[in-house]
Amino acid sequence: MSQLALVIDLNVCVGCQACVTSCKQWNTSGQAVALSDQNPYGADPSGTFFNRVQTYEVGTFPETDTIHFPKSCLHCEEPPCVPVCPTGASYKRKDNGLVLIDYDKCIGCNYCAWACPYGVRELDEKEKVMTKCTLCVDRIEDLSLDETQRKPACVLACPTNARLFGDIHDPESLVSQAIAQNEGYALMPEWGTRPANHYLPRRQASAIDRLLSETTEQQRRVKTPSDSEGQGS
Amino acid sequence: MNPAFSVILLTTLIGVGQGLFMAMVGFEQHWIGAQTVMDHGFYIRMDFICLGFLICGLGASFFHLGHPERAWRAVAMWRTSWLSREVIVLPLTMVCIALHALTHMLAPEASGLMGLVGLVCCLALYFVTAMNYICLKFLQEWASPLTFFNFTLLGLASGFTLANALCVGMGTPMDHLYSRWAIVLTVLAAISRSLSLYRNASLRPRSTLQTAIGIKNPSIRQISQGFMGSSFNTREFFHAKNRLFVQSVKWGFILLTFILPCLFLTLDLDPTQASSPGWAWGSFIIQYVGLIGERWFFFAQARHPQNLYYQSTA
Repeated sequence: MSQLALVIDLNVCVGCQACVTSCKQWNTSGQAVALSDQNPYGADPSGTFFNRVQTYEVGTFPETDTIHFPKSCLHCEEPPCVPVCPTGASYKRKDNGLVLIDYDKCIGCNYCAWACPYGVRELDEKEKVMTKCTLCVDRIEDLSLDETQRKPACVLACPTNARLFGDIHDPESLVSQAIAQNEGYALMPEWGTRPANHYLPRRQASAIDRLLSETTEQQRRVKTPSDSEGQGS
Repeated sequence: MNPAFSVILLTTLIGVGQGLFMAMVGFEQHWIGAQTVMDHGFYIRMDFICLGFLICGLGASFFHLGHPERAWRAVAMWRTSWLSREVIVLPLTMVCIALHALTHMLAPEASGLMGLVGLVCCLALYFVTAMNYICLKFLQEWASPLTFFNFTLLGLASGFTLANALCVGMGTPMDHLYSRWAIVLTVLAAISRSLSLYRNASLRPRSTLQTAIGIKNPSIRQISQGFMGSSFNTREFFHAKNRLFVQSVKWGFILLTFILPCLFLTLDLDPTQASSPGWAWGSFIIQYVGLIGERWFFFAQARHPQNLYYQSTA
């Protein structure tokens, strides 16, 4: 069985939100439920999104990193959201590992969202059914598209190639190689959900980066010699 | 979590109904009050009141659904889903209670057996209801056997308190039989609930911002959650009430569910006099209001790991 997944490279994500808007555009325009917005131009805008890009500051100044962190359904190999669904609307595809929702069977009880520790399921306020990332199942399986286009909309939209797509059960695939070579990790491993999506951690600054920062530091010291003298060194 | 009023009503109302039925069957089977014999009309009336609570609870649950017209589909996944099992056991319990009333009307010799079947269903319903919450292991406040004991003992306590009020109201005082049991069960429920309050107060969340985004640095601050308005994630999992409100609900339900009903029922225990309807009904109504607070607190206290991702708007 293959397991399709995204691998997200936190080194190159610039937080541009192109994956968010392309996801919304593709998934609201298909034959499944539209992803509704409430008050899109009002004081408290809200809406259904399959993908959110968040931003974190890691470390303490001056040793800080800004991490742009895209988050969507992780298509867990042990999805806690699937067995709790009372109607069978939530299911995991046996052939490719996608976790999907049959909107016609969903009763909108929210129980699957309670059962997901990652908060990636969103009840659509207008359609009153649970929605989530499908990895653009209607693109990746559409044989009428050119093969280069059979990828999730977010992957095609990413300008920095931070999003890789493929089968993590195939050791030769791009995503498996990326995980293996870059210490790719999964989120909240403590709950045994085995997320299929992986993240590539920030690499340590390369030698040239370190050299550059040392040079900058030296220049700064040269400019302000009185400061260090004043401290009695 | 943001407590959903429909689920609060569902779990508390069916809890009372189940408790009332078990109070009645305990009596019918001579496990309690062995010397007293009641007529069939008593059981039939009590059955209908039990059914009323279960129907109201079931009705409330429909308000929780986005598509209530598809609710019948929820019986499908009983092999894996505790919610599906609850959807099966709840109507089954209602059928058993209705059959119990029917046997008292038509075939009294079968009523004892039917009562026992209904009693097993009531116990099973407490179990499957609690398992809905216990099985969500990362909601650590819920994932404990204490959740089952709380649901069961609180349901039984309120059921027996109601049984006492009904008997007093119907003019069939049973020498304080039900009020004595209601006090014992309320005390047991108080012990069980206190244990879970104690347990939850000392819980350490297994998930942290570090495991949530997979970065080990001890200093992580969210700058943006990805949107500036609200979303399902901010509405469903945050109750948005301040600490004072939450603490008030906690002490309020401790007072209303446990202390005042016990006090009222004890004051009414004078063996030389019949129970007063005022004390009896007062204890049930106060206890039920307390139970709504208890269940609100139960939901509000659960810290969902997804909240780690929604700590800051840009």
